[in-house]
Amino acid sequence: MADRKPYVISGRTGDWEVVMGLEVHAQVASNSKLFSGAATAFGNDPNTNVSLVDAAMPGMLPVINKFCVEQAVKTGLGINAKICNWSRFDRKNYFYPDLPQGYQISQFKSPIVGEGAIDVDADEGYTFTVGIERLHLEQDAGKSIHDLDPNATYVDLNRSGVALMEIVSRPDIRSPAEAAAYVKKLRSILIALGTCDGDMEKGNLRADVNVSVCRPGGYDHYKETGSFEKLGTRCEIKNVNSFRFIQMAAEFEARRQVDILEDGGKIDQETRLYNADKDETRSMRSKEDAHDYRYFPDPDLLPLELTGEYVASIRAKLPELPDQKRARFVKDYGLKEYDACVIASDAEKAAYFEAVAKGRDARLAANWVTQDLFGYLNKEGLELSQSPISAEQLGGLICLIADNTISGKIAKDVFQKMIATGDAAAKIVEREGLKQVTDTGAIEKVIDEVIAANPKQVQEIKDQRAAGHEKPKTLGWFVGQIMKASSGKANPAAVNEILTKKLGL
Amino acid sequence: MSVDKNTVRKVARLARIAVPEERLGPLAGELNGILAWIEQLNEVDVDGVEAMTTPVAMTLPMREDVVTDGNIRDQVLANAPRSEDGFFVVPKVVE
Repeated sequence: MADRKPYVISGRTGDWEVVMGLEVHAQVASNSKLFSGAATAFGNDPNTNVSLVDAAMPGMLPVINKFCVEQAVKTGLGINAKICNWSRFDRKNYFYPDLPQGYQISQFKSPIVGEGAIDVDADEGYTFTVGIERLHLEQDAGKSIHDLDPNATYVDLNRSGVALMEIVSRPDIRSPAEAAAYVKKLRSILIALGTCDGDMEKGNLRADVNVSVCRPGGYDHYKETGSFEKLGTRCEIKNVNSFRFIQMAAEFEARRQVDILEDGGKIDQETRLYNADKDETRSMRSKEDAHDYRYFPDPDLLPLELTGEYVASIRAKLPELPDQKRARFVKDYGLKEYDACVIASDAEKAAYFEAVAKGRDARLAANWVTQDLFGYLNKEGLELSQSPISAEQLGGLICLIADNTISGKIAKDVFQKMIATGDAAAKIVEREGLKQVTDTGAIEKVIDEVIAANPKQVQEIKDQRAAGHEKPKTLGWFVGQIMKASSGKANPAAVNEILTKKLGL
Repeated sequence: MSVDKNTVRKVARLARIAVPEERLGPLAGELNGILAWIEQLNEVDVDGVEAMTTPVAMTLPMREDVVTDGNIRDQVLANAPRSEDGFFVVPKVVE
């Protein structure tokens, strides 16, 4: 396993390291909003998914959605976190046109979920743990559209009041790539739990990325003492909604901070926005009073109290999580860690693989699923749900390989033909006469012909063997010729055996 | 606890309430009066008394996750000074 190495930015005055913490906003996969009965559906006409509660009409009262509470608890359990039996909602006051209440209902002092931890696999092959500080429920804001009119802002409140889970990590992330890997892992857990659909394009999962830089050793000092004194001032990049942008925004921001510090400047703690077109971040809220949220308990809502039995009943219904799935794939199917990880990270991929592997050679199935099928889908930019080959069809192909009806090499051609025609493997093999020849008489005949036609090469083999080569090079050439003469249909093991015998090796 | 003119100015700005300069001093005086009155509560000994979070003895009522509301755009927009194509239209905000 590879070691975790610090991500280092080389500056004029020496090396710098990065420390990051993320706040991920995950939209709860509910039908209706957190405190009103309006729909959460995406893409409806503006201001149609809006009740008088969401529009903050006077006298309207919030009533909490039971399902959203359950999803928050489920997610808390899925990230190994402490569930708080007593939590409360607070008002976070700020002024913005897409927030008609003038405050967001959130949880400040007493969140529904406390400390937890997630193990993340980095692309480089090592595993690191990200501490979770908390998860709380809160309302989403509406949407402001600034480009419809040069002098006005258009406001759509359809999103206003939709339930979000804000998941706050500890500053345990040490590189832009780790930040992306962390969000990937968190997303796979949320999808497995079914608590959030993870659709980043629609903004249903998005991250606020906190970045600071420090000198080597600064982070270790924090880990040992809990003191932030040797860490840098952080900036928060708001609402980044793709893995790639999370990484790019963090890379840019860390470099920006190093440049300022090396020029003798100081970092202002501020909120910034990432512009993907320009690949840069810019300051977002210059007014410091924007951060003066004046939290206080929402007098419209009673405390949220959960019983131990309630939490236990949710725990009992938890689905299998990616880490458990991976362990099971290694144990029950004998998969390699890497393959198991690739397959188990995605519920849909895992289900597909299991359908292919069930009752068949699982390792062979894993190879075909991860290499041939995923390779093809990646190349074509297709989702698994758009695969031209169903799990049952791929399973059919694997059966033909396993029972020696066709060789692995022929199977690659059959696979291409399955994609092109949508036909079952057995049908293609039958139609095109691709069945492997295991009849030794037929194979012998081909071998005799090839040997008779190539006396020079036969001599070469004999010379090579005489020179002490255990496996004469030209032998491979012969196998190739024979396979070609049989249109690839000769059973390779049989060819090897008979050929060796015939050449007297 | 007491507030001065600057605090009043800041609080007014956060609440988007326009307070003329000459009112800041008198308002600070009024607010300090209210704060002093509330501070009398500090005289009560509350050692060993559990904090009361609500005067009503009931738990948070919950609703099922079903769509029961919405599709009332005309009502939602009825009081808006300006709306267009179903949107609220407000003076330009730039972030």
